[in-house]
Amino acid sequence: MRSDTASGMQPAAPLWLRGLAWGGLLFLHFPLVVVCLYAFNTEASAFSFPLQGFTLHWFEAALAREDVLQAIWLSLKVASGATLLALLLGGLAAAALYRRNFLGRDAITVMLSLPIALPGIVTGIALLSTFKLAEVDPNFWTILIGHATFCMVVVYNNVIARFRRMPYSLVEASMDLGADSLQTFRHVVLPQIATALLAGGVLAFALSFDEIIVTTFTAGHEKTLPIWLLNQLGRPRDVPITNVVAMLVMLLTMGPILLAWKLTQGTEAVAGSGK
Amino acid sequence: MASASLTLTPPTHLARWRVQLSTLLYRRSTLTLFLLLAPPLLWFGVIYLGSLLALLAQAFYTFDDFTMAVSPELTLDNFRAIADPSNPLFGANIDIVLRTLGMASAVTLASALLAFPIAYYMARYVHGRWKGVWYIAVMLPMWASYIVKAYSWTVILAKGGIVYWLIGALGLNGVLEAILALPVIGGSSLSTSNLGRFLVFTYIWLPFMILPTQAALERVPPSLLQASSDLGATPAQTFRTVLLPLAFPGVVAGSIFTFSLTLGDYIIPTLVGPSGYFIGNMVYTMQGSIGNIPMAAAFTVVPIVIITVYLALAKRLGAFDAL
Repeated sequence: MRSDTASGMQPAAPLWLRGLAWGGLLFLHFPLVVVCLYAFNTEASAFSFPLQGFTLHWFEAALAREDVLQAIWLSLKVASGATLLALLLGGLAAAALYRRNFLGRDAITVMLSLPIALPGIVTGIALLSTFKLAEVDPNFWTILIGHATFCMVVVYNNVIARFRRMPYSLVEASMDLGADSLQTFRHVVLPQIATALLAGGVLAFALSFDEIIVTTFTAGHEKTLPIWLLNQLGRPRDVPITNVVAMLVMLLTMGPILLAWKLTQGTEAVAGSGK
Repeated sequence: MASASLTLTPPTHLARWRVQLSTLLYRRSTLTLFLLLAPPLLWFGVIYLGSLLALLAQAFYTFDDFTMAVSPELTLDNFRAIADPSNPLFGANIDIVLRTLGMASAVTLASALLAFPIAYYMARYVHGRWKGVWYIAVMLPMWASYIVKAYSWTVILAKGGIVYWLIGALGLNGVLEAILALPVIGGSSLSTSNLGRFLVFTYIWLPFMILPTQAALERVPPSLLQASSDLGATPAQTFRTVLLPLAFPGVVAGSIFTFSLTLGDYIIPTLVGPSGYFIGNMVYTMQGSIGNIPMAAAFTVVPIVIITVYLALAKRLGAFDAL
């Protein structure tokens, strides 16, 4: 962090810079505000501005829709399953890779970054063509497999950053004092990495809940919430329902992100940097 | 070291077994490594890498245009359709690649220009609690649902929507028409123009540029900037010769995201902008309605190659140290 003397001497930002920065921030938040505004709009099938009037009616209508509830339920199931798998596999990978150097370690590290580095279409079509070869029809499990793969990378990145800052002497001391591996893990290692695991898990959950590109390949006829929304865009008569669900989805993904940020605050691992 | 653990544990059968296992795992750290690594490696090796390799293999398979069937006879035809100018499909296919590349480059450039002042302000002029507030303020839009943000833009750009209303209220209808009449960026309306698509892409990936740039700027010691001005440099000189070179790896790091994410996207091109495929749309259509997996597979090689080249360049420019 910057020293206080430097900040004390700092002149105020020039007006144009302040304008550009605040303008940029406004630009980033404007569409989010629009989504919230339109959710309360009375107009039934267009996007005319200024808005027509205020109503809460569409919330009631949206929550009575079977397809909306099913999409939410499917997305929650997929995100929970993918997060659990990702925590297990990503945590194991981080524990294995943070300290030891061995032949092939770099290759494994590169491989673990591939699902994030390569575009989603590559992951999506690769998985889909394999499912086709194996004659598996796309279903809940194929969605889960796709999501767990990239969620694992998020957990891995978060946890390995924490592991690298944990002195290994803690583990040695614990073993010297007579604890076995399990006890050492439970009482020494786990408390150290717990918040990193939790933050990674929360990010993984949010990522899965919002994922659409890989999912369009692996979902078949199943509709996760983002896919439901994408389909809705071709249905002008359903606009009010779409508006309401869009706002709810947005708010639902924001909560976990704030939580992950709180959990990693003051550590070097930056929540969200590994999306 | 490990023998110490024997004395403290009561000698029940289960406990002795646990201690022995524990000792074994501690002494044979390679065994531990193997046990830890096996599940994630199996998952990744078999499911992910296996799928990728199988896909690449299928790029060499033959697709029969008449029977719409795929047969495992090896051919280079799919790659010729993308890379051989004498192939009848080459023209249409290279258009798709260039269209996608052009958009990815334009979006990256615009993001870098828009992000820099925001990142610079955050790194140099925001302190204490406000730093966290700004950080969150950039991160929240980044993580707010992708499809919702894309949807919001279709609402904003729609005819009769906010942008058209604003332009009308400001009396700028003529200006908008003039811009939309321009070749390449124009179109019949904002939501069917390349300009609109460019705007949406830039919006969606902008935070991915801001955060690495800000992190790189944050690492530039203020004393260097003070030294530069003490030695007589003007602010512009300090910016060009001290700050920019030190922050550039961060910008390149951000550009990996904006470039790669635009290159692989195919949802936004279907929602906003003129007709004409992006690489992603081509892959999706080829595997979906046509069932030509070999051609889809060959097309996925294009972004893989482009991104590999881009990552190699970024590595040279020091982007990986800035991540």
